[in-house]
Amino acid sequence: MSQATVSMPELPPPEGGPVVALRNVAVGFDGPPVIENVSFSVAPAETRILLGPAGVGKSVLLKLILGLLRPLEGSVELFGEDISQMPEEKLFSLRARAGMVFQEGALFDSLTVRDNVAYQLIQEGVHDEEIDARVRDALRFVGLEETFNLFPSSLSGGMRRRVAIARALINQPELILYDSPTGGLDPVTSNTIIELIVKQRDVRATPSLLVTHRLQDAFTLCTHRFSSEQGRMVPLPEGQINHNTTFLMLDEGHLIFDGSLHELVHSDNPFVREFLE
Amino acid sequence: MAIQTIERTAKQIVLIVQEYSQFAWRALMNLFRPPIYWTDFLTQSDIIGFGSLPIVILSGFFTGGVLALQSSATLSEFGATAVTGQFVSLTMIRELGAVLTGIMVSGRNASSMASELGSMVVTEQIDAMRALGVDPMRKLVTPRVYATIIMLLFLTIVADAFGIMGGAAVTVVLNHQNGTQYFNNAYEHLAYPDIVQGLVKPLFFGYIIASIGCFYGMRTTGGTEGVGRSTISAVVNSSVLIIFIDFLITHILLSLFSS
Repeated sequence: MSQATVSMPELPPPEGGPVVALRNVAVGFDGPPVIENVSFSVAPAETRILLGPAGVGKSVLLKLILGLLRPLEGSVELFGEDISQMPEEKLFSLRARAGMVFQEGALFDSLTVRDNVAYQLIQEGVHDEEIDARVRDALRFVGLEETFNLFPSSLSGGMRRRVAIARALINQPELILYDSPTGGLDPVTSNTIIELIVKQRDVRATPSLLVTHRLQDAFTLCTHRFSSEQGRMVPLPEGQINHNTTFLMLDEGHLIFDGSLHELVHSDNPFVREFLE
Repeated sequence: MAIQTIERTAKQIVLIVQEYSQFAWRALMNLFRPPIYWTDFLTQSDIIGFGSLPIVILSGFFTGGVLALQSSATLSEFGATAVTGQFVSLTMIRELGAVLTGIMVSGRNASSMASELGSMVVTEQIDAMRALGVDPMRKLVTPRVYATIIMLLFLTIVADAFGIMGGAAVTVVLNHQNGTQYFNNAYEHLAYPDIVQGLVKPLFFGYIIASIGCFYGMRTTGGTEGVGRSTISAVVNSSVLIIFIDFLITHILLSLFSS
């Protein structure tokens, strides 16, 4: 696969230090470490796709980045601050600057879609009129404006994920973490979710880390862009890819690949080859 | 091998006690630092207080009635059935009102707290809350702890009142005694130490119920089966601890008032 630079006027060039940086991180739960010696970073405006089979610790890495889990060894930097030993109380303000889409959505069952999406705004004491307007904007972004007053239990799996994306995006986060956003969904719904992620990447240039084991989704992210004129995701011209979208691959708790799509498809690593095939 | 098992179990117990102590202390101290979620406190007060009212009224009323039945049978042997009111009121106010209400509310609310928070843990809602920059201890645990403490105090007063009324109903309707004499006797022999005893206990019991219910809920692991285990542990441990703490408080207060 050849590479060519894509002209993306909406994307600002990456600047400053990394938004996220993991250095020699190890994680364990009452036993041998499930993740060892993992190091990588996410630069501003960069989208990183974390690939790997189920159960290798991909979701654990996402939780580590937000300080929801603590590393046994190594350091985790979020927005330039080392959070590996940071007290929980100090972490809340940092977490509020990021958005996370959980595997199953993790919507609050007892709250309506409006209150779920507005959760952060309600806690910040924003006025009801402004909340309603911003929630409608966020729901319009994910194409679910009609669900405003519904409860999560009345939504389908795909709709729940889209509401979760709206909740993660409402406060215009400086980083978005997607934990298997298309896992268990049909191809059409998966494509809708990927389109939203591409839209967020290309329109708002938010740095993100996306966990998935679906190669198709990962390649779609690399080979498509969001067209504001057409209002949908369109393929990039033949031979072009998005250079701000790069790959990581995890196997048995170790990071075995860190590079571009070109490097991924030409990798000699036997596990990478097996995974791709 | 057996010694290692005992050692491991002992360490686990010490660890749980340590974690619970830190958890319960933090839940209490959160009231003195913002943010404080007053709306959640009021919602929980409604659920715990108003929601528990029917079971507390019924259990209080019938316990008072049973006390009157049992005591009058014994007291009649000594020709002292006139002191049934005193017996019922003192037993309800000093002891049974607080303990029964505590155990009833524990069965109803410690279980609901453990299962609700446990379900939120296993569906990643607690992680989502933390990821959204909200402290689940402040948002979920502290309002429940203070709501339970305050509501249990009022529920105990309600249980005491209905217990005395239950005793009166039995005394008048079944034992064919004078109601005025019953109430007069119940009132005259009450002293401040009795009321203090009865009102101090629910404060401790409320703290135990909510802190244990939330503690087991928040440390749930193992999916829906884990939620069931947390619920059982919350009810069993809070009920046993209520009775144990009741013994300690009674012993301390009796020594205090007698001296």
